[in-house]
Amino acid sequence: MISFSMPVSRKHPLAEVPTSPPVDQIGIEERVARFKTRSIKKNAKTGALELILSMIDLTTLEGMDTPAKVRQLCAKAMHLHDELPGLPQVAAICVYPTLVGVARDALTGSGIKVASVATGFPSGQMPLKLRLAETRNAVSEGADEVDMVISRGRFLRGEYAYTYDEIAAVKQACGVAHLKVILETGELQTLDNVRRASDIALYAGGDFIKTSTGKVQPAATMEVTLVMLQALRDFYRSTGQIRGMKPAGGISTAKLAISYLVMLRETLGQDWLTPKLFRFGASRLANDVLLQIAKQRTGVYQSADYFSEA
Amino acid sequence: MAKKKKPTLNFATDWSYAPAPESTDHVEIENRYDLFIGGKFVPPSKGNYFNTINPATEKRLSSVAEAEKTDVNRAVKAARTAYDKYWSKLTATERGKYIFRIARVLQERAREFAVIESLDGGKPIRESRDVDVPLAAAHFFYYAGWADKLEYAFPGRTTEPVGVAAQVIPWNFPLLMAAWKIAPALAAGNTVVLKPAETTPLTALKLAELLRDIDLPPGVVNIVTGAGDTGAALVNHPGIDKVAFTGSTAVGKTIQKAVAGTGKKYTLELGGKAANIVFEDAAIDQAVEGIVNGIFFNQGHVCCAGSRLFVQESIHDEVVDRLKDRMETLIVGDPLDKNTDIGAINSKMQLKRINAYLKIGTAEGADLYQSTCAVPKKGYWCRPSLFLNASQSHRIVQEEIFGPVLAVQTFRTVDEAISKANNTPFGLSAGVWSDKGAKVFKVSNQMRAGVVWANTFNKFDPSSPFGGYKESGVGREGGVHGLLPYVRLT
Repeated sequence: MISFSMPVSRKHPLAEVPTSPPVDQIGIEERVARFKTRSIKKNAKTGALELILSMIDLTTLEGMDTPAKVRQLCAKAMHLHDELPGLPQVAAICVYPTLVGVARDALTGSGIKVASVATGFPSGQMPLKLRLAETRNAVSEGADEVDMVISRGRFLRGEYAYTYDEIAAVKQACGVAHLKVILETGELQTLDNVRRASDIALYAGGDFIKTSTGKVQPAATMEVTLVMLQALRDFYRSTGQIRGMKPAGGISTAKLAISYLVMLRETLGQDWLTPKLFRFGASRLANDVLLQIAKQRTGVYQSADYFSEA
Repeated sequence: MAKKKKPTLNFATDWSYAPAPESTDHVEIENRYDLFIGGKFVPPSKGNYFNTINPATEKRLSSVAEAEKTDVNRAVKAARTAYDKYWSKLTATERGKYIFRIARVLQERAREFAVIESLDGGKPIRESRDVDVPLAAAHFFYYAGWADKLEYAFPGRTTEPVGVAAQVIPWNFPLLMAAWKIAPALAAGNTVVLKPAETTPLTALKLAELLRDIDLPPGVVNIVTGAGDTGAALVNHPGIDKVAFTGSTAVGKTIQKAVAGTGKKYTLELGGKAANIVFEDAAIDQAVEGIVNGIFFNQGHVCCAGSRLFVQESIHDEVVDRLKDRMETLIVGDPLDKNTDIGAINSKMQLKRINAYLKIGTAEGADLYQSTCAVPKKGYWCRPSLFLNASQSHRIVQEEIFGPVLAVQTFRTVDEAISKANNTPFGLSAGVWSDKGAKVFKVSNQMRAGVVWANTFNKFDPSSPFGGYKESGVGREGGVHGLLPYVRLT
């Protein structure tokens, strides 16, 4: 079990966060393997594919992103594949703060949310004051959702009170915007750490917990996502509050996304099978899902050339 | 003040899985099977056949010959002839080659065997495909390797085969048990007469076809079908040198009496009532998964099933809540559906027995909880079941139910857990769950059980010996230990 390596005042709210249970990695891997053996066919597959589409945060987070590229991404979000009528919309567009305004304008009236990364994404190596200012800026530019990163260095040193405080401060800076807390699980080393960071993020006020920035390998895996889903379940059981989950990075095929959905269904059940509480952070996933939906409807696979790039 | 409603999870989801049945097109089941004696299928002397049915549909799959005493005689004679004429004259390397060939062809025909195992026995295709058949092949591979290395298995000793082995196997892992028995017997140079269980004879008969197809010398393996009388005729036959039995403790005791003073070697792998002990410092979600795997694997038709759960009192409610949630996600139904977790109960008789215990447990004062899943109308089914507040003096705790029924008790101290776990006439297996290594070693060393799993359950490997303490049996199967019953050492 994890012990606090830094002294924590009894008055600090971290003292209210329950001790995280141990996680057995081999057991987690076996459970994940079992989810992957579920065979999803016919109308179950169609249902899954449409649900997945509605859960996608269509993402571009490159240094060379331009307003034009973001407008293209927004156009893709609003016209996923017009040849297939009745498709759901993606949940959100996820961009850097400087491009929030562009996305906001492009998506006006669409109902698609704008999410902005912030707080010194992806490394978080920036003074807290500036990270909070960046958060407030993203929200004032029109972000509905903020994807923050935690300071992994401080967390790995055992400064859990710092982690708690930074999340709570960003949450406050978000105002009405929804906060997703990126744990960057690829840097957290152990599943025990993933569980501890999840518990802290939830008790500190994160609306969502998110696996990765996509800039560190491995990004999202089913194993870390399962541990985080269990944290969400236990948080719900103890507090009655429902929070969300976003695996991000590396989920590029419909098949893998369906396995995530199976895992979600069998771990948290009906209440979480909605884009309000579960998102895929992905740039390439949407087109593979569209390809599969077209296959389900027409019976044949089509060339990828028929699907527009974002 | 109004009591706050406990937050609960809802697994009746809008999105769920469509049927995904495994195809049976590639499978051929004959309308009638004869006895496999001397490398050929021969009709039974009195011409009697009995039906074998699919327990998920109650429909007839095939008819199978009933071996009489005369037939058993013929089979034993064929095995003796094969031993004298071919098998004992072969070099060990050649013997090994035959066993490798069995393993390879079994692997090639894995899908066919898996489907038939699920049709005949009711187990989910996920298990027959991922566990039973691959593990059966693995046993043949493993023992094939030993055939020409026996001098290394028993250093400094000379080994000789025992002769003709009579092997009687149960209905819970029909093909796998056949592999457990046949592979070491052949590797050590013996010949075999095997009797599969009367409710699940088909994969053994398919194996007979396989043995014929790969040109195993005639009579090296003979397969006779029938019920208890056939088994008794075989075990009591004066022409056999060794008895290997897996099944109930009651029948095991009868066999032990029957072979007393005859000079026949014997191994018995009998019933169990394993303790699965979960300490408060365990990784609870993974322990819950192990509890589920321990008791609901193969509908609980497992002699080493973790059928007695001991949970440390501080985590009892948490474990039970999570266990109930997990049980809601278990899919009970068509064994051939790739998503089925729990298949059909093997036979009408076994279902009756399980239902009787469900009544007994309730009458004894334990609290029955069953998952809410729907089960098909036709066929034999039992929902995954828990008995909460069970106690050591309840029959549901003392006796082997052999079904998906778990008896749950709590404990406070480590010593109490050890003492309660060992307070049983059985001693086949046990499970220990804790994140603390020292505790795991301390407790597992004090389990009076042949197999102890730590932070896992129901894991099998051909290189690992398996067998019981006390009334769970005599002798070991698997690993180097599994060769010992099939050799004479000088």
